[in-house]
Amino acid sequence: MKHLAIAAGILTATSAVAADKTQLTVYTYDSFVSDWGPGPKIEEAFEAICDCDLNLVGVEDGAALLSRIRLEGENTEADVVLGLDTNLIATAKETGLFAPHSVTADYALPIKWTDTTFVPYDWGYFAFVHNADASAPANFRELADSDTKIIIQDPRSSTPGLGLLLWVKAAYGDEAPTIWADLADNIVTVTKGWSESYGLFLDGEADMVLSYTTSPAYHLIAEEDPSKAAAAFDEGHYMQIEVAAKLAGSDHPELADQFLDFMVSETFQQIIPTTNWMYPAVTPSSGLPEGFDTLVIPQKALIIDPSEAATKRDQALTEWLSALSQ
Amino acid sequence: MLKLDKCTIANGDFLLNADFEIETGARVAVIGPSGAGKSTLLETIAGFRDLKAGQIYWNGKDLTTLPPGKRPLAMLFQDGNLFPHLTAAQNIALGLRPNGRLSTDEMEMVRSALQRVDLLDMGARKPAELSGGQQSRVALARILVQRREVLLLDEPFAALGPALKAEMLDLVADLVAETKTTLLMVSHDPQDALRITRQTVLVADQIAQAPVATAQLFENPPPSLRDYLG
Amino acid sequence: MVERTQPINPWPGISAATLVAALILGTLVTVALRAETSGGFAPSDWAALRFTLVQATLSAVFSAVLAIPVARALARRRFRGRRLLITLLGAPFILPVIVAILGLLQVFGRSGWISDVLSIFGLPPVQIYGLHGVVLAHVFFNLPLATRLILQGWQEIPAERFRLAAQLGCNGMAMFRLIELPMLRRVLPGVLAVVFAICLTSFAVALTLGGGPRATTIELAIYQAFTYDFNLGRAALLSALQLALTAAAALAALKFSRGDSFGAGLNRAIRRWDGGTPLLDAIWIIAAATFLLLPLASVAISGVIGLFELPSLVFRAAVTSILVAAASTAILLLLAVPMAVSVATGRHNIVELCGILGLAASPLVIGTGLFILIRPVANPTAVALPVTALVNAVMALPFALRILVPAARDTVERHGRLALSLNMSSRTFFIRVMVLRLRPQIGFAAGLAAALSMGDLGVIALFADAQIATLPLQIYRLMGAYQMQAAAGGALLLLLLSMGVFWILDRGGRWHAEA
Repeated sequence: MKHLAIAAGILTATSAVAADKTQLTVYTYDSFVSDWGPGPKIEEAFEAICDCDLNLVGVEDGAALLSRIRLEGENTEADVVLGLDTNLIATAKETGLFAPHSVTADYALPIKWTDTTFVPYDWGYFAFVHNADASAPANFRELADSDTKIIIQDPRSSTPGLGLLLWVKAAYGDEAPTIWADLADNIVTVTKGWSESYGLFLDGEADMVLSYTTSPAYHLIAEEDPSKAAAAFDEGHYMQIEVAAKLAGSDHPELADQFLDFMVSETFQQIIPTTNWMYPAVTPSSGLPEGFDTLVIPQKALIIDPSEAATKRDQALTEWLSALSQ
Repeated sequence: MLKLDKCTIANGDFLLNADFEIETGARVAVIGPSGAGKSTLLETIAGFRDLKAGQIYWNGKDLTTLPPGKRPLAMLFQDGNLFPHLTAAQNIALGLRPNGRLSTDEMEMVRSALQRVDLLDMGARKPAELSGGQQSRVALARILVQRREVLLLDEPFAALGPALKAEMLDLVADLVAETKTTLLMVSHDPQDALRITRQTVLVADQIAQAPVATAQLFENPPPSLRDYLG
Repeated sequence: MVERTQPINPWPGISAATLVAALILGTLVTVALRAETSGGFAPSDWAALRFTLVQATLSAVFSAVLAIPVARALARRRFRGRRLLITLLGAPFILPVIVAILGLLQVFGRSGWISDVLSIFGLPPVQIYGLHGVVLAHVFFNLPLATRLILQGWQEIPAERFRLAAQLGCNGMAMFRLIELPMLRRVLPGVLAVVFAICLTSFAVALTLGGGPRATTIELAIYQAFTYDFNLGRAALLSALQLALTAAAALAALKFSRGDSFGAGLNRAIRRWDGGTPLLDAIWIIAAATFLLLPLASVAISGVIGLFELPSLVFRAAVTSILVAAASTAILLLLAVPMAVSVATGRHNIVELCGILGLAASPLVIGTGLFILIRPVANPTAVALPVTALVNAVMALPFALRILVPAARDTVERHGRLALSLNMSSRTFFIRVMVLRLRPQIGFAAGLAAALSMGDLGVIALFADAQIATLPLQIYRLMGAYQMQAAAGGALLLLLLSMGVFWILDRGGRWHAEA
């Protein structure tokens, strides 16, 4: 029995935190808190200015994050949720759990940001990544006509997967089902998450993989490997804007506001590009890191208005399922 | 006195009736054709089978509903009389104290039981390291320390050669004489029965009959026994 | 038949089974009660149900049927490295899903090793994506398990039976009909049910190898209901459907697997007189080993470079994983051994049924249910690791029971009478006889549980914060951060650790174990 108690002690003792400081709890997605993500640096930087303890809690991904908040409801521990995107904003607002913000910033987003609840902290374009030495199609139609093999993610379980769904919908509207039907023979497979897809692509299982225009930056900057490129599609690229908001029931609303302000500050925004591998929402005074200048800049930014995203999403999913289930 | 009072034993469709008494200290063979129910009779007395009807008494005490281990009797089966993962001494010790550690006195008892069956040096061996005869003697040594008033043998020596079997039976005879134990042993060999028992229970035609003198029975066998003896 | 007096008390096992059932059903009910909208099935759920049933049935049949010749060959042949091979064959089972997918496709994929070889001869690449791909992947995961279970059945046939048959002049076919077929009739239903249940809850594997949304399983629908639609009612309903299907499979298996046991042999070393053709056996063994070991080899090869560059955090996660695995194994044994004893003492089928439910329980539902239950009383993050250990133990329970029950039954049959006649208490019988007799099986079950716990992501993702990470979680995080090479190194480390703990525990059980 004694041994059991000791074992239980070891198992539970790992998350002991300093209890004397105010604790700000931020729910985010898992890759944000990972040791290779922005989490550790951001925690350090914010704790240096806030005289508080920043507690980052990681939940699988953006969609799971929103589910977690809805599951916990009004008595959630979270003061701030960081990591939803524009596609989830409408559903998130419907819960009534989030409070308006007072942040102002000079955003470097391709669209004008007016939302009063959610504050953007980074953004990117979905894109197909391929080996730089191979030629890439210039749009979805060309892709569908080619022999190019792609790996994508399932919109039901993956944020980029959902992004692609809305990308085709935004670009082609009612023609989207035809596009998907034509793409069917190009799709090698559909994976649960981004990691499986990207791993399979790096193993050579397909010519292109659904990812972000910023993905080649990782290979270039972190691995000094210029061999990856993102294909520029002339119908435009769908945007992902990642956002955060304060919970209405937060016990520390001032501290939460301070965190949201910090989020669009120079310090935070400088950390984002090379840890989250996305564009910062506010360009730091030092500019973007070297290597980001080599990235493909889409001619046209596509985005479905958050208020329409939920209905378009369900319609697009039905079309996608029927086109690919033949 | 062991009393089987209007007992009916059921084993599936098979029925066996028994209504007789055995004197304390008697040595009784249980004999009969194969499948007549000899083992079933002993297993019932030992408590491994429930009675369909009737009662079993030992010296006036009703045993019918007692679990096997609470009955004042010990039994040796055709096989599986020793735990293979325990040493000879540990197996014997279980007879004294099935659930705990032995006191110094009790350890001495195990030692003398081993000595009594001529296995003093073999206490630390496991059954697999002993011969068939030695295994039988370990089981008998355990019976010795169990000090139960009745001993039931269900042909535990069947696998031994004739000389070894005779030796074991003699040892059994000595042990039950020393401890004044009542003995019931299943046998299919009249020679075994004659060797160490005075009385015999004949089990045939769904009846276990009252014990009669062994020698007389074989001199003048009833028809059912005559068929069996051939 | 009259219920015989038993040498050992079945109630601790029945209590353990009740606890397990309470955990699985309680969490399900908790999730259902928390639902805001009442959940009905969506039309697409019926397609998911159909696909799930088809793939699980095919996977179970192929795994079990292919396991028969492999187990038979392994039972008949003795060769150097046989034990090592049997241990290694268990590896696919314990790999984290994402690692296994990458490993499998590096061999069978469009640009995999086999396609590379085919292209040398000008042949097109392997077409792996589709229902056949799903079945192939599930056979890869479950063939080793099926083989071990059937092999155990073979080893339980007393050598005397083969001797008798040989003496009667039975040839291979006659011997098969006379001795081996009855054993298979007893063992196969259980194997089919277990593999079927495992495949019912497949999600990422089925989707990826199935090539797209055609391969939507119930588990994916549950996931979708949770995160995409946040429809807890539907998630609970789908999860209940999964449990019902598993229960039905398990009950059918229990009904069909009833049969006479072979009775006690005298523990002679198994020597076989049914020579068979060594060549055929060798072909089966080599084919199975190649099929199972190639993807593992690819995991190992991709991991070697990363292994030496692993960040220290990964090693810290490995220590956490070992602790979780140790706790999980302890919990498993506390549940499984008493439950196996209960099953062994009689017709406590319900105990076995409770055990198998662990297979069908959606980790997402258990995790969410526990999360809802724990939140009012404690910070879920603080208990992330104990909860993970508990859930991992419940998931390993069905396997442990399949391993422990036959031996427990045998022990009760062989030694029960003697223990009763000695007036041995239930407790003593448990400690001095049952546990000692079951040591090899306990070692095997413990090894499997520890390895499974090491490799399974489990529910940690629902509970953990940044400071806590198990090795599988850290591998996922590395992948999410583009660090595929380090992740591959982590996967190899995980494979080595899992096989290591399995080997130590399995060997420990056999150490000095007597016949």
